[in-house]
Amino acid sequence: MGYVINRLLQGLMVIAVMAVLVFIGVYAIGNPVDMLISPEADQAEIQATIVRMGLDKPLWEQFLAFINGALHGDLGTSFLYNEPAVRLILERFPATLELALAAILMAILVGIPLGVIAGLKPNGIVGRAIMTISILGFSLPTFWVGMMLIMIFAVNIGWLPSTGRGETASLFGVQWSFLTGDGLAHLILPAINLALFKTSLVIRLARAGTREVISQDYIKFARAKGLSEPRVILVHMMKNMMIPVVTVLGLEFGSVVAFAVVTETVFSWPGIGKLLISSIVHLDRPVIVAYLMLTVMLFVTINFLVDLIYALLDPRVRRKESA
Amino acid sequence: MTTIPATPMLNPAPVEVSVETPAQRLVRKFVANRLALGGLIVFVLIALAAILAPLIAPQNPYDLAVLDIMDGSLAPGELSGDGKPFLLGSDEQGRDMLSAILYGLRISIGVGVGSTVIALTIGLAMGLFAAYSGGWRDALVMRLVDLQLGFPPILIALILLAILGRGVDKVMIALVALQWAYYARTVRGNALVERRKEYIEAARCLGLPYSRIVFGHLMPNCLPPLIVVATMQVAHAIALEATLSFLGVGVPVTEPSLGMLIANGFDFMMSGRYWVSFFPGVTLLITVVSINLVGDHLRDILNPRLQK
Repeated sequence: MGYVINRLLQGLMVIAVMAVLVFIGVYAIGNPVDMLISPEADQAEIQATIVRMGLDKPLWEQFLAFINGALHGDLGTSFLYNEPAVRLILERFPATLELALAAILMAILVGIPLGVIAGLKPNGIVGRAIMTISILGFSLPTFWVGMMLIMIFAVNIGWLPSTGRGETASLFGVQWSFLTGDGLAHLILPAINLALFKTSLVIRLARAGTREVISQDYIKFARAKGLSEPRVILVHMMKNMMIPVVTVLGLEFGSVVAFAVVTETVFSWPGIGKLLISSIVHLDRPVIVAYLMLTVMLFVTINFLVDLIYALLDPRVRRKESA
Repeated sequence: MTTIPATPMLNPAPVEVSVETPAQRLVRKFVANRLALGGLIVFVLIALAAILAPLIAPQNPYDLAVLDIMDGSLAPGELSGDGKPFLLGSDEQGRDMLSAILYGLRISIGVGVGSTVIALTIGLAMGLFAAYSGGWRDALVMRLVDLQLGFPPILIALILLAILGRGVDKVMIALVALQWAYYARTVRGNALVERRKEYIEAARCLGLPYSRIVFGHLMPNCLPPLIVVATMQVAHAIALEATLSFLGVGVPVTEPSLGMLIANGFDFMMSGRYWVSFFPGVTLLITVVSINLVGDHLRDILNPRLQK
């Protein structure tokens, strides 16, 4: 229990530190007045806008207002859309979530079989080819691959659409693309694009796991029992090599959400990443701050959950911390 | 075959034959892998092309006087108004893409290598400091490292650039801030193992000053794994810079790196003029892959666990 509280306090500390850093950093630079008020506006109009947005108050007062708001779930109002920043982000989050989940699913479905094959035959031609592909997957810049996908599949062949989410359908009051044929078609290219890097990672993990597990006694025993090779691989081996793969993918979920920034920009996918980039370009600071704070919270939550699971699985972690 | 006549000549000094310095062993093992050697050669050629860009580029792509709007959007291989070919085509302002790529490489590689060297220096110092002093100083540095490595690099880069704004120097600051933690962690791990060894003990017994023990004895022995990390990080830094510039938060329009060139060509791609962003992308890809091939092989060579 002491361990849980310890981790929880650490997580809250991280959020607090990030709040201060992000706020001071973002609010100390640039002048949104120049960005948001038309050059033709007279002095009175400019003053009125400054007062309405609270930009005339000293920085620390703005910060206190920000913290007070944050504790009430209000991270400011977008300068650009004139809507609460948190609502803007939450509205777009399902699109990003959908994209990230589709990419992770794709990485698992493609990466694990390839990794297992490469692990079973590490020195064969197929095994080497798979590893070369995975190096390529690590090296290819995501945004460039996305552009090439658009060029080939959307412009040249014209099979798949390249921008937007397409038609969406409602489930639990949220709009999802994968429920309609058109939406699914729109989802394919961005998901492939976002999955590429993680697929390479899964291939490497699955290969390493396979090579480690394959020499264990219980695999030899299963073979000696006369079990069929598919059963040995699919049941006995897979079960044991999946643990690190699943753990790492859980940890990587947050990074997929962060990396969606690139894919969303290339494919005009209306998620939170695209919103962040346009907010940075337009100096829409409340939205930047809200995005960063929500993402930091997401990360702290993921790290906290992973720590908890580790502690549950491995008693040594608990003992070391409390000692 | 050739060793037979050589043997008698070596007899007077047999000791010299078997002695191979670590550096020589490294070179021998590295050259043995053709793929890695090829990667190194390609990268050296690319780096040379970038350094010599003002001499070898067909035109100075940022000298507006030499650009002719009449030469705009020519396909690769087409001739310009005055009969010179555009090997890789031209953009809509009549800028030769080959020249633009060569100049873009200067910025991309400069930012990648520069930020890595600075981050390496900072990370090395912090890692050695943490490992050698231990206690709360160590804990403080490593907590900071953990905190930073808990977030994906692109997110940290976006935070920093949202704060700092655009610019080559700002991108470099962001990349340095991202990378130092990797080096600090690697160095610390290694230094903790090394500092318990006898030669450090011996140096202490000799009463050598602190700085000499750390920099003269401890540091050289922590370098090998760092070289691997640094090689890979150069590739990461180049790719990340390109990504940030593509997103429009990296280098300014006046100093276009490869990522910026690719972003500029994005709109033309839809109308079939693929070359404006295709060739910068291929250049970026070749650069990153060649560095990764070198790094991958270096890791195999320098990893003590893989050595017999």
